[in-house]
Amino acid sequence: MKIVVCVNHVPDTETKVKVGSDGVSIDKTGVNFIMNPYDEFGVEEALRVKQKHGGEVTAVSLGGDTHKETLRKALAMGVDKAVLLKDDSPRDSLSVAKALADYLKGISPDVLFFGKQSIDSDNGAVGSMVAELLGMPSVNVVVKLEIEGTTVKAEREIEGGHEKVETRLPVVITAQKGLNEPRYPSLKGIMAAKSKPIEEITPTPASLHVEVLAMRKPPAKSAGKILGTDASAVAELVRLLHEEAKVL
Amino acid sequence: MPKFQGVDYYNTDDLLSEDEILVRNTIREFVDENVVPIIEKHYRAGTFPLDLVPKMAELGLFGSTLPSKYGGAELNNVAYGLMMQELERGDSGVRSFASVQSGLVMYPIFTFGSDEQKDRWLPKLASGKAIGCFGLTEPDYGSNPGGMKTTAKKVKDGYVLNGAKMWITNGTLADVAVVWAKLDGEIKGFLVEKGMKGFEAPEMTGKHSLRASVTSELVFQDCLIPEENILPKSGGLKSPLMCLSQARYGIAWGAIGSAMACYDTALNYAKSRIQFDKPIAAFQLTQDKLVHMLTEITKAQLLCLQLGRLKDKGKARFTQISLAKRNNVYHALEIARSAREILGANGILDEYPVMRHSANLESVKTYEGTHEMHTLILGEDITGIGAFS
Ligand SMILES: Cc1cc2nc3c(=O)[nH]c(=O)nc-3n(C[C@H](O)[C@H](O)[C@H](O)COP(=O)(O)OP(=O)(O)OC[C@H]3O[C@@H](n4cnc5c(N)ncnc54)[C@H](O)[C@@H]3O)c2cc1C
Repeated sequence: MKIVVCVNHVPDTETKVKVGSDGVSIDKTGVNFIMNPYDEFGVEEALRVKQKHGGEVTAVSLGGDTHKETLRKALAMGVDKAVLLKDDSPRDSLSVAKALADYLKGISPDVLFFGKQSIDSDNGAVGSMVAELLGMPSVNVVVKLEIEGTTVKAEREIEGGHEKVETRLPVVITAQKGLNEPRYPSLKGIMAAKSKPIEEITPTPASLHVEVLAMRKPPAKSAGKILGTDASAVAELVRLLHEEAKVL
Repeated sequence: MPKFQGVDYYNTDDLLSEDEILVRNTIREFVDENVVPIIEKHYRAGTFPLDLVPKMAELGLFGSTLPSKYGGAELNNVAYGLMMQELERGDSGVRSFASVQSGLVMYPIFTFGSDEQKDRWLPKLASGKAIGCFGLTEPDYGSNPGGMKTTAKKVKDGYVLNGAKMWITNGTLADVAVVWAKLDGEIKGFLVEKGMKGFEAPEMTGKHSLRASVTSELVFQDCLIPEENILPKSGGLKSPLMCLSQARYGIAWGAIGSAMACYDTALNYAKSRIQFDKPIAAFQLTQDKLVHMLTEITKAQLLCLQLGRLKDKGKARFTQISLAKRNNVYHALEIARSAREILGANGILDEYPVMRHSANLESVKTYEGTHEMHTLILGEDITGIGAFS
């Protein structure tokens, strides 16, 4: 089976983001970058599918040289091959999806994994867009996956519950937390990954449909108010919720 | 507590390779997810978290610098050091376990052992299926191990050991003990296995330090071990000292981990604790403490990094290892104490890791050569005059 997993290199969840001097991107100095956490579920699932059905897993990332760190991690976790679509120009979701789809066309994967979203710009769009561009069915926000022959059974999270769906290979799956428990790369895996090459390919250039005009941090929270510590404060609390916060 | 983001004021990450960073980050994540959440409970109970052993083995933490033939990952010394740093950021006891297993048990078997001993023990120790300990110190011989009283006597079927070791990390847990004893006056290494007749390893109790680590006595009363259990290539005090060089190197890195945990805790606390209508981080005296901590951590990082590079080239002298162990543990303990002060009364609670690190570092300052002994080793090296025999 041909298995591909797309991985993004994103600021750590704990990053205190600062808007950069250009006003449209974040200031990357001193920021730790990691493999997008939802993509980790994708890598783990890809490795499990391979364990069960055989085949080969390729990790693909679109971005600059720094993305090699995340590809190295994927290799250390056990993927067989890594490909960097080397281009770090600013892109919207569609132009990311087009570059990935153009490359993946030539590979025609049986299963293609994404995270359900990248935690950097949180659009949650690329997986579905690539599926569309490749004419593949896609199942999003997947928490359980079973593949038998060419039948794909998946469970996905929906508002307030789960939905079971069935489709066929080839398929695009976007992974949600709960799909699996991603493994740590072992020290041996890390050392083995060192000697595996990362193939570099020049992707389709960016053509923007959506442009970021400005990036702003939310206004700083003002200090909270303590109205009292017993029942006597209730009346005042209700009044403020009505009149000031206007939520009641 | 926000997630630990590392301390790297001098961009030392730029001096690390991609795989060294990946090793560090992997162990960092492992420690945050598997050690930090459970360690206080074990520390309070005075127990070692044994269920970490298979997990650490799966990652490949034991004997990680050894050839893959014996289950090692063939890490370089810098990656090994970074791993020790992260483990000790969790707890000195957890790092001690890994140090002993790798540097004091697998290393001597690899270096002084026969092929049969290597084949028999190294894969088991690497996979965590066997635990080892290292018995050098005796009740009456600590800083002066050359004076040891434990003896081995050649008999028809092997060797008979008599004597006692004390302060032995992992002793009670161990399936195999690397024991140093005098055979006709010469120090030799022996492998003593759990359950051998005449061998007991009772656990020592009453520790206020390194409580999440097992410390034991090893008692040998006419303990007969087979001929094949002598480490054939060991000989003289130099052999155990070579092992200690390995472990001390790991400790020099480990101390940075403890120091980082304390600094990180103190910095976060100082920014959020308000007194006199200001965060205490706004006071110059607090800033002085924090700056001092950061400076010493940064120096220690650079010291270890160069030491590791030297070690990878086979050029690190044991006196250089002494300097790093002595310096880094000393400052880590000072940093832990300052952090405790910054946290005020909260500093003594086990809600924060500071007091635990501080108490642990008291042991770390003493074991693997006390601070004073490393001073004398260095003093002798630079003056040419030995202040001890
Ligand atoms: C938690 C823990 C775990 C340990 N694990 C192990 C283990 O796994 N295996 C093992 O073999 N050992 C182990 N040790 C023992 C440790 O290595 C010894 O405690 C250490 O070598 C010091 O010996 P000592 O405690 O007998 O102190 P002593 O040698 O009695 O020293 C007492 C004091 O006198 C000072 N002193 C001694 N000689 C001189 C001198 N010539 N000049 C100036 N000052 C001097 C020392 O620096 C120290 O301050 C462990 C110890 C601890 C606390």
